[in-house]
Amino acid sequence: MKDRFHDLAKFVQSLARPGEVIASSFSAEDSHFIRFNRSVVRQATAVRQGGWCLTLIHDGRRVDATTTLSGQGEADREQLRTLLTSLRHAIVDAPEDPYLLWPETPVATDRETKGELPDAEQVIDAVTAAGRGVDLVGLYAGGPIYKGFANSLGQRNWQHVDNFNLEWCLYHDRDKAVKTAYAGSRWEPEVLSARMAEARKRVALLARPARTLEPGRYRAYLAPAAAKEVLDMLCWGGFSLKSQRTKQSPLLRLSEGEATLDPRVSISEDIAQGLAPGFQSDGFVRPAQIALIREGKIANALVSPRSSREYDVPTNGANDGEAPESMALAGGELPAAEALRSLDRGLWVSNLWYLNFSDRSACRLTGMTRFATFWVENGEIQSPVNVMRFDDTVYRMLGSELESLTQEQELLLDGGTYGGRNTVSVRTPGLLLRDFMLTL
Amino acid sequence: MLDTLKRDFRAVAPAVDFCSLRFVEETSEHLAVRQDVAEPPRLSTDRGAMLTVIHRGGLGYAATSDLSQAGLRDAAVRASRLAALTAGRSVVDYSQVAMPRPRGQYQTAVSRPSQSITRRDKLALLADEAQQCRIDDRIVDWEATLWSTQTRQLYLTADGGEVMQQFDYLVPYVSATAHANGETQTRTHGGRYNGFCQQGGLEILDAFGLKGSGRATAEGALELLAAPNCPTGRMDVLLMPDQMLLQIHESIGHPLELDRILGDERNFAGTSFVTLDMFGSYQYGSALLNVTYDPSRPEEYASFGWDDDGLKAERQYLIRDGRLERPLGGAISQARAGLAGVANTRACSWNRPPIDRMANLNVEPGTSTLEELIASIEHGVVMRTNVSWSIDDSRNKFQFGCEWGQVVRNGRLAEVVKNPNYRGISATFWRSLTGVGNAQTQQVMGTPFCGKGEPNQAIRVGHASPACRFSGVDVFGGVE
Repeated sequence: MKDRFHDLAKFVQSLARPGEVIASSFSAEDSHFIRFNRSVVRQATAVRQGGWCLTLIHDGRRVDATTTLSGQGEADREQLRTLLTSLRHAIVDAPEDPYLLWPETPVATDRETKGELPDAEQVIDAVTAAGRGVDLVGLYAGGPIYKGFANSLGQRNWQHVDNFNLEWCLYHDRDKAVKTAYAGSRWEPEVLSARMAEARKRVALLARPARTLEPGRYRAYLAPAAAKEVLDMLCWGGFSLKSQRTKQSPLLRLSEGEATLDPRVSISEDIAQGLAPGFQSDGFVRPAQIALIREGKIANALVSPRSSREYDVPTNGANDGEAPESMALAGGELPAAEALRSLDRGLWVSNLWYLNFSDRSACRLTGMTRFATFWVENGEIQSPVNVMRFDDTVYRMLGSELESLTQEQELLLDGGTYGGRNTVSVRTPGLLLRDFMLTL
Repeated sequence: MLDTLKRDFRAVAPAVDFCSLRFVEETSEHLAVRQDVAEPPRLSTDRGAMLTVIHRGGLGYAATSDLSQAGLRDAAVRASRLAALTAGRSVVDYSQVAMPRPRGQYQTAVSRPSQSITRRDKLALLADEAQQCRIDDRIVDWEATLWSTQTRQLYLTADGGEVMQQFDYLVPYVSATAHANGETQTRTHGGRYNGFCQQGGLEILDAFGLKGSGRATAEGALELLAAPNCPTGRMDVLLMPDQMLLQIHESIGHPLELDRILGDERNFAGTSFVTLDMFGSYQYGSALLNVTYDPSRPEEYASFGWDDDGLKAERQYLIRDGRLERPLGGAISQARAGLAGVANTRACSWNRPPIDRMANLNVEPGTSTLEELIASIEHGVVMRTNVSWSIDDSRNKFQFGCEWGQVVRNGRLAEVVKNPNYRGISATFWRSLTGVGNAQTQQVMGTPFCGKGEPNQAIRVGHASPACRFSGVDVFGGVE
């Protein structure tokens, strides 16, 4: 695949005319998606796809066009040649763009994470066997993911990641379940067995009579998977320079210095520790780490090339959406093993679900508890809790009501597969909150 | 090209219980003018095919962007292998499901094709509206966009089924954001997340009301900036069609999807409070509630002739006079559940397998005029334009927010309010439906981004609805 990318990049470069800059962004995957319900297979799908985005820049104008590649060398070359011809026609109608920016000094990068991935047969055998006697529902998504960038100035960037992500739930009944994930680059059946055994133990707790809480304020521990959902919401414009400058950031009060978070809260875009490519779609190479919030205060925004020109701030390799792709919340002082004891009495929230802003300017979020949420007394799990809605601000959750963060962080893959398998991840500790607002 | 594809498919189709090919080619153009600056046009062509094989009870899918005969043969081999691996280990014996063998054609009705004017002219239309947004220094961001898509889809079965469908979609959008004294308010024309989306050509711009929308949208943002927060308490709400689309989508559409009820989505999108035994007897809402699956309305976003398993699409009542009649489930789900459903097995593109989706899901008009609905409210809020949505994984406890609200006192419209929110429970909310607007209050909306499925799929759905009044709703505003 790498050779194929370089061949096509070289071919496209050869088509550039004087005064033109041509950029190419490549994305491909060879994936298996195996979907399980009630411990057998619902759908098994193999997807082999590749896409190429050509950008033509000429005379202060820019046009972008994406096409699907067939994987056949000559046919793909002809397709890209035809696409470039259509872009040359299209650019005539495109107005001058005052916010054009492209990397003028080529920087080459090459990252390969090769692994040992299972065949579809191994996955189906392992999961159906592990699900015997229980109600298992889940998805295996795995295979190589390829990303590349090239331009006619000679820049080449390449990333190849082999990985898989198996996410599954063991259901007790109705909406009571334990959710577990096993992700990596090397499939190890014994690791899967251990996680499945742990999930079976936890699902037994859900057999206890469920408790229904009244709306109100509760002490709560958000496990890392639940904390990730809160952090994901901040990615929705929270760190974007454009959102900050157009006053649409949900963290506007923080970025304008009118509010702070707890000084133990430090958030970074940690490209070095995640799976996201070290380069963005226009070819700008990303720093290993960008501090976004340092000790409770805004540090840096994510700046796309376009925002860089618009607001005269150097780009730091953000894509157009200016959202973190390898976000990390620094760990704190509470050993994870002590979280239950420290909670003492309150809610243990394993997962949150379907978050949205109920007042974006105030960074107030609403969402639901999901899967295994437990009532805890004297540091021991007492009973599962029926799903509850929360409505609370980030300034409370990561500010005034934050009692502690766990020392340990968990690396959680996004798992998103819209269009293709993505490489977004979040690394986060668990959060112990003095007060968490439940409303329904 | 399509003739070659047909020939090559017949040549490579294996000798199995069932085999089909679904070819999808989609070209799109996205134009935007933001703050009076035209952004670089974004063009796209996506093309590929999904091979489906059912054999000895197993089911396998293989998607490929290599449309040569060799590419199709390779996909057929991969799909056959997955069918073999899943035989005897699947949720149903797929060989026992009667897969349709359809024949026919469907095409969007287009009066003025998107390509009938130049890209430069389209950008000029957008620039006009963007420029009109700039009416006050407190308008800090503004944008006008136009997204057009043409799709060709060919469905073939190895035993002679053949359906050709061609769709044209258009999605216009205008937004303006106002800011002052630490407060930010955004108003949109067409819905915050492209709620105004229809099939057709440039004639849709007239229905959208593009001309003059820039100034009106900016004025709306300033009006919100000056408005007090929505009041808190239990009161009536009058939901306009650009909020009803979300209310229908989340608390009727998703709960009635048969694959959710059968448990397929429990690891991701969730389950449903609706169970199989409720169909035919459950009182979902008040007697005023009539809900249809309607693929026949030409301009609606998800109209089509056949679904992606080849089932012919026909209008059906899902809820009649408040009583639940049938689910949203296609051929495979119907066979699994033993219930009659509708033709709604759909995939977002060639690279995803089809699952139960909403398509067009509409609330049928009632008899009340808008004036009558308002006059019937003693204390309440009119809400327009969805901005926030959240609902539990059984599709029961929800909380939704809108861009714009207006208080109603003693049957008269009063002050505009910002940050209107309300919450409720699906299983009881629709029983509080106490007024349904007539056809004059109805609007055809939808969303391009209905997310569901593993692997994930964002798909087009349509929702047409009149204005609807609900009584005794828990309403609240933003942070004071």
